[in-house]
Amino acid sequence: MSRPAHRRWGLVALVGLGGAVGTTARFAVSHAVPAAGGWPAATFVVNLVGAFLLGVLLEALARRGPESRRAQRLRLTLGTGVLGGFTTFSSLAIEIERLVADGRAPLGAVYGVTSIVLGFACCLTGVVVAARQHRRRAARLPVDPDAADLSEDT
Amino acid sequence: MTAVSPALVLAVALGGGLGASARFVVDGLVRTRWSGVLPLATVLINVTGSLAIGLLGGAAAFHGLGPTWLVVSTTGFCGGYTTFSTAMVETVRLVQADEWRWAVLNAFGSLMLCVAAAAAGMGVMWVTGT
Repeated sequence: MSRPAHRRWGLVALVGLGGAVGTTARFAVSHAVPAAGGWPAATFVVNLVGAFLLGVLLEALARRGPESRRAQRLRLTLGTGVLGGFTTFSSLAIEIERLVADGRAPLGAVYGVTSIVLGFACCLTGVVVAARQHRRRAARLPVDPDAADLSEDT
Repeated sequence: MTAVSPALVLAVALGGGLGASARFVVDGLVRTRWSGVLPLATVLINVTGSLAIGLLGGAAAFHGLGPTWLVVSTTGFCGGYTTFSTAMVETVRLVQADEWRWAVLNAFGSLMLCVAAAAAGMGVMWVTGT
Protein backbone atom coordinates (compact mmCIF):
# COMPACT_ATOMS: atom_id res chain seq x y z
CA MET A 1 0.00 0.00 0.00
CA SER A 2 2.92 2.37 0.71
CA ARG A 3 3.99 2.05 -2.91
CA PRO A 4 2.78 5.11 -4.88
CA ALA A 5 -0.09 4.42 -7.31
CA HIS A 6 1.97 5.13 -10.44
CA ARG A 7 4.40 2.36 -9.44
CA ARG A 8 1.72 -0.27 -8.89
CA TRP A 9 1.57 -2.10 -12.18
CA GLY A 10 -1.97 -3.35 -11.68
CA LEU A 11 -3.17 0.25 -11.51
CA VAL A 12 -0.99 1.28 -14.47
CA ALA A 13 -2.63 -1.55 -16.43
CA LEU A 14 -6.13 -0.39 -15.40
CA VAL A 15 -5.34 3.13 -16.66
CA GLY A 16 -4.05 1.61 -19.91
CA LEU A 17 -7.21 -0.48 -20.32
CA GLY A 18 -9.38 2.58 -19.77
CA GLY A 19 -7.19 4.62 -22.12
CA ALA A 20 -7.65 2.01 -24.86
CA VAL A 21 -11.45 2.23 -24.49
CA GLY A 22 -11.44 6.04 -24.47
CA THR A 23 -9.12 6.20 -27.49
CA THR A 24 -11.33 3.78 -29.44
CA ALA A 25 -14.37 5.94 -28.68
CA ARG A 26 -12.50 9.07 -29.84
CA PHE A 27 -11.38 7.26 -33.01
CA ALA A 28 -15.02 6.30 -33.69
CA VAL A 29 -16.21 9.89 -33.20
CA SER A 30 -13.45 11.14 -35.54
CA HIS A 31 -14.91 8.94 -38.29
CA ALA A 32 -18.54 9.77 -37.54
CA VAL A 33 -18.16 13.56 -37.26
CA PRO A 34 -16.69 15.29 -40.33
CA ALA A 35 -14.82 18.59 -40.11
CA ALA A 36 -17.28 21.41 -40.82
CA GLY A 37 -15.72 24.12 -43.03
CA GLY A 38 -12.26 23.49 -41.62
CA TRP A 39 -13.54 23.41 -38.02
CA PRO A 40 -12.23 20.21 -36.36
CA ALA A 41 -15.67 19.28 -35.03
CA ALA A 42 -14.75 15.76 -33.83
CA THR A 43 -11.94 16.84 -31.45
CA PHE A 44 -14.06 19.81 -30.36
CA VAL A 45 -17.04 17.63 -29.39
CA VAL A 46 -14.90 14.93 -27.78
CA ASN A 47 -13.03 17.45 -25.61
CA LEU A 48 -16.17 19.27 -24.43
CA VAL A 49 -18.08 16.07 -23.61
CA GLY A 50 -15.01 14.58 -21.89
CA ALA A 51 -14.41 17.73 -19.81
CA PHE A 52 -18.05 17.66 -18.62
CA LEU A 53 -17.96 13.96 -17.73
CA LEU A 54 -14.61 14.17 -15.89
CA GLY A 55 -15.98 17.12 -13.89
CA VAL A 56 -19.02 14.99 -12.89
CA LEU A 57 -16.94 11.91 -12.07
CA LEU A 58 -14.20 13.55 -10.01
CA GLU A 59 -16.60 15.78 -8.07
CA ALA A 60 -18.95 12.85 -7.33
CA LEU A 61 -16.04 10.74 -6.07
CA ALA A 62 -14.52 13.60 -4.06
CA ARG A 63 -17.87 14.25 -2.32
CA ARG A 64 -17.92 10.70 -1.00
CA GLY A 65 -15.17 11.55 1.47
CA PRO A 66 -11.92 9.59 1.97
CA GLU A 67 -11.17 7.49 -1.09
CA SER A 68 -11.71 3.74 -0.78
CA ARG A 69 -9.63 1.31 -2.83
CA ARG A 70 -12.64 0.63 -5.02
CA ALA A 71 -13.19 4.36 -5.60
CA GLN A 72 -9.51 4.79 -6.46
CA ARG A 73 -9.75 2.03 -9.09
CA LEU A 74 -12.93 3.61 -10.47
CA ARG A 75 -11.26 7.05 -10.66
CA LEU A 76 -8.14 5.67 -12.36
CA THR A 77 -10.01 3.46 -14.84
CA LEU A 78 -12.84 5.80 -15.82
CA GLY A 79 -11.21 9.18 -15.12
CA THR A 80 -7.48 8.92 -15.82
CA GLY A 81 -7.98 6.07 -18.31
CA VAL A 82 -11.23 6.35 -20.28
CA LEU A 83 -11.88 10.11 -20.11
CA GLY A 84 -8.19 11.05 -20.14
CA GLY A 85 -7.74 8.89 -23.24
CA PHE A 86 -11.00 10.07 -24.81
CA THR A 87 -9.99 13.73 -24.73
CA THR A 88 -6.83 15.02 -26.39
CA PHE A 89 -4.67 18.10 -26.22
CA SER A 90 -2.20 17.03 -28.92
CA SER A 91 -4.88 16.85 -31.64
CA LEU A 92 -6.18 20.26 -30.59
CA ALA A 93 -2.63 21.65 -30.87
CA ILE A 94 -1.82 20.11 -34.27
CA GLU A 95 -5.21 21.12 -35.70
CA ILE A 96 -4.56 24.74 -34.73
CA GLU A 97 -1.02 24.51 -36.14
CA ARG A 98 -2.43 23.12 -39.43
CA LEU A 99 -5.04 25.90 -39.69
CA VAL A 100 -2.32 28.51 -39.10
CA ALA A 101 -0.04 26.85 -41.68
CA ASP A 102 -2.92 26.86 -44.20
CA GLY A 103 -3.27 30.62 -43.79
CA ARG A 104 -6.39 30.32 -41.61
CA ALA A 105 -4.89 31.68 -38.39
CA PRO A 106 -8.08 33.52 -37.30
CA LEU A 107 -10.10 30.29 -37.51
CA GLY A 108 -7.34 28.47 -35.60
CA ALA A 109 -7.35 31.12 -32.87
CA VAL A 110 -11.16 31.02 -32.56
CA TYR A 111 -11.08 27.22 -32.43
CA GLY A 112 -8.41 27.25 -29.69
CA VAL A 113 -10.00 29.92 -27.52
CA THR A 114 -13.51 28.44 -27.92
CA SER A 115 -12.21 25.00 -26.95
CA ILE A 116 -10.65 26.37 -23.76
CA VAL A 117 -13.55 28.64 -22.75
CA LEU A 118 -16.32 26.11 -23.47
CA GLY A 119 -14.18 23.24 -22.13
CA PHE A 120 -13.86 25.12 -18.86
CA ALA A 121 -17.61 25.90 -18.83
CA CYS A 122 -18.54 22.25 -19.52
CA CYS A 123 -16.19 21.00 -16.81
CA LEU A 124 -17.49 23.52 -14.27
CA THR A 125 -21.08 22.55 -15.15
CA GLY A 126 -20.18 18.91 -14.54
CA VAL A 127 -18.71 19.75 -11.12
CA VAL A 128 -21.81 21.79 -10.16
CA VAL A 129 -24.22 19.07 -11.35
CA ALA A 130 -22.40 16.39 -9.32
CA ALA A 131 -22.24 18.61 -6.24
CA ARG A 132 -25.99 19.32 -6.45
CA GLN A 133 -26.79 15.66 -6.93
CA HIS A 134 -24.75 14.85 -3.84
CA ARG A 135 -26.58 17.49 -1.76
CA ARG A 136 -29.96 16.19 -2.88
CA ARG A 137 -29.04 12.66 -1.89
CA ALA A 138 -27.67 13.83 1.41
CA ALA A 139 -30.90 15.75 2.12
CA ARG A 140 -32.94 12.58 1.60
CA LEU A 141 -30.93 10.81 4.28
CA PRO A 142 -31.38 12.71 7.55
CA VAL A 143 -29.01 10.34 9.37
CA ASP A 144 -26.21 11.68 7.20
CA PRO A 145 -24.07 13.89 9.46
CA ASP A 146 -23.75 16.33 6.54
CA ALA A 147 -27.52 16.79 6.31
CA ALA A 148 -27.79 19.42 9.06
CA ASP A 149 -25.43 22.00 7.55
CA LEU A 150 -26.55 21.12 4.02
CA SER A 151 -30.19 22.04 4.76
CA GLU A 152 -29.04 25.51 5.79
CA ASP A 153 -27.74 26.59 2.40
CA THR A 154 -30.83 25.47 0.45
CA MET B 1 -15.21 7.91 -45.00
CA THR B 2 -12.65 5.19 -45.59
CA ALA B 3 -13.26 1.69 -44.30
CA VAL B 4 -11.38 0.94 -41.09
CA SER B 5 -10.05 -2.57 -40.50
CA PRO B 6 -10.51 -4.21 -37.08
CA ALA B 7 -6.71 -4.56 -36.91
CA LEU B 8 -6.29 -0.80 -37.24
CA VAL B 9 -8.88 -0.14 -34.51
CA LEU B 10 -7.03 -2.58 -32.25
CA ALA B 11 -3.65 -0.95 -32.98
CA VAL B 12 -5.05 2.54 -32.28
CA ALA B 13 -6.59 1.25 -29.02
CA LEU B 14 -3.27 -0.31 -28.02
CA GLY B 15 -1.47 2.96 -28.77
CA GLY B 16 -4.03 4.87 -26.71
CA GLY B 17 -3.69 2.44 -23.82
CA LEU B 18 0.11 2.76 -23.83
CA GLY B 19 -0.24 6.54 -24.01
CA ALA B 20 -2.64 6.67 -21.04
CA SER B 21 -0.38 4.39 -18.95
CA ALA B 22 2.64 6.55 -19.84
CA ARG B 23 0.69 9.66 -18.78
CA PHE B 24 -0.19 8.08 -15.43
CA VAL B 25 3.46 7.18 -14.71
CA VAL B 26 4.87 10.56 -15.86
CA ASP B 27 2.17 12.37 -13.86
CA GLY B 28 3.11 10.42 -10.74
CA LEU B 29 6.84 11.02 -11.23
CA VAL B 30 6.39 14.79 -11.72
CA ARG B 31 3.96 15.05 -8.78
CA THR B 32 6.46 13.54 -6.34
CA ARG B 33 8.93 16.28 -7.33
CA TRP B 34 6.64 19.29 -7.78
CA SER B 35 4.09 20.67 -5.34
CA GLY B 36 3.51 24.19 -6.68
CA VAL B 37 0.16 25.84 -7.42
CA LEU B 38 0.40 25.19 -11.15
CA PRO B 39 -0.47 21.60 -12.19
CA LEU B 40 2.91 21.20 -13.92
CA ALA B 41 2.58 17.45 -14.57
CA THR B 42 -0.37 17.81 -16.97
CA VAL B 43 1.20 20.84 -18.66
CA LEU B 44 4.43 18.91 -19.22
CA ILE B 45 2.52 15.87 -20.55
CA ASN B 46 0.45 17.95 -22.96
CA VAL B 47 3.42 19.95 -24.25
CA THR B 48 5.61 16.88 -24.83
CA GLY B 49 2.69 15.04 -26.47
CA SER B 50 2.08 18.03 -28.74
CA LEU B 51 5.77 18.12 -29.69
CA ALA B 52 5.51 14.41 -30.51
CA ILE B 53 2.39 14.87 -32.68
CA GLY B 54 4.19 17.68 -34.56
CA LEU B 55 7.24 15.48 -35.15
CA LEU B 56 5.02 12.61 -36.31
CA GLY B 57 2.89 14.81 -38.57
CA GLY B 58 6.11 16.22 -40.02
CA ALA B 59 7.54 12.72 -40.45
CA ALA B 60 4.45 11.82 -42.47
CA ALA B 61 4.58 14.99 -44.56
CA PHE B 62 8.34 15.18 -45.21
CA HIS B 63 9.90 11.79 -44.41
CA GLY B 64 7.40 9.30 -45.78
CA LEU B 65 5.92 7.95 -42.52
CA GLY B 66 3.01 5.77 -43.65
CA PRO B 67 -0.66 6.58 -42.89
CA THR B 68 -1.16 3.51 -40.67
CA TRP B 69 1.81 4.33 -38.43
CA LEU B 70 0.71 7.95 -38.38
CA VAL B 71 -2.81 7.21 -37.11
CA VAL B 72 -1.62 4.61 -34.58
CA SER B 73 1.06 6.94 -33.15
CA THR B 74 -0.95 10.19 -33.24
CA THR B 75 -4.65 9.32 -32.78
CA GLY B 76 -3.56 6.34 -30.66
CA PHE B 77 -0.51 7.09 -28.55
CA CYS B 78 -0.43 10.93 -28.53
CA GLY B 79 -4.20 11.13 -28.05
CA GLY B 80 -4.12 8.70 -25.14
CA TYR B 81 -1.04 10.35 -23.64
CA THR B 82 -2.29 13.94 -23.71
CA THR B 83 -5.50 14.99 -22.01
CA PHE B 84 -7.83 17.93 -22.33
CA SER B 85 -10.31 16.87 -19.63
CA THR B 86 -7.72 16.73 -16.82
CA ALA B 87 -6.36 20.14 -17.85
CA MET B 88 -9.91 21.55 -17.57
CA VAL B 89 -10.58 19.94 -14.16
CA GLU B 90 -7.31 21.35 -12.86
CA THR B 91 -8.28 24.79 -14.19
CA VAL B 92 -11.67 24.56 -12.42
CA ARG B 93 -9.88 23.56 -9.19
CA LEU B 94 -7.62 26.64 -9.47
CA VAL B 95 -10.69 28.87 -9.87
CA GLN B 96 -12.33 27.21 -6.86
CA ALA B 97 -9.17 27.96 -4.87
CA ASP B 98 -9.52 31.60 -5.97
CA GLU B 99 -6.33 31.35 -8.02
CA TRP B 100 -7.80 33.08 -11.07
CA ARG B 101 -4.51 34.21 -12.56
CA TRP B 102 -3.02 30.74 -12.31
CA ALA B 103 -6.20 29.31 -13.84
CA VAL B 104 -6.01 31.61 -16.87
CA LEU B 105 -2.27 31.04 -17.19
CA ASN B 106 -2.73 27.27 -16.92
CA ALA B 107 -5.46 27.06 -19.57
CA PHE B 108 -4.20 29.56 -22.14
CA GLY B 109 -0.51 29.00 -21.37
CA SER B 110 -1.00 25.29 -22.05
CA LEU B 111 -2.79 26.06 -25.29
CA MET B 112 -0.06 28.37 -26.56
CA LEU B 113 2.81 26.12 -25.46
CA CYS B 114 1.17 23.07 -27.05
CA VAL B 115 0.56 24.82 -30.38
CA ALA B 116 4.16 26.12 -30.32
CA ALA B 117 5.45 22.61 -29.53
CA ALA B 118 3.42 21.07 -32.37
CA ALA B 119 4.70 23.74 -34.76
CA ALA B 120 8.28 23.18 -33.57
CA GLY B 121 7.98 19.44 -34.17
CA MET B 122 6.55 20.00 -37.62
CA GLY B 123 9.28 22.59 -38.32
CA VAL B 124 12.11 20.24 -37.33
CA MET B 125 10.81 17.64 -39.78
CA TRP B 126 10.36 20.24 -42.50
CA VAL B 127 13.93 21.53 -42.08
CA THR B 128 15.41 18.02 -42.07
CA GLY B 129 13.17 16.82 -44.92
CA THR B 130 13.99 16.85 -48.59
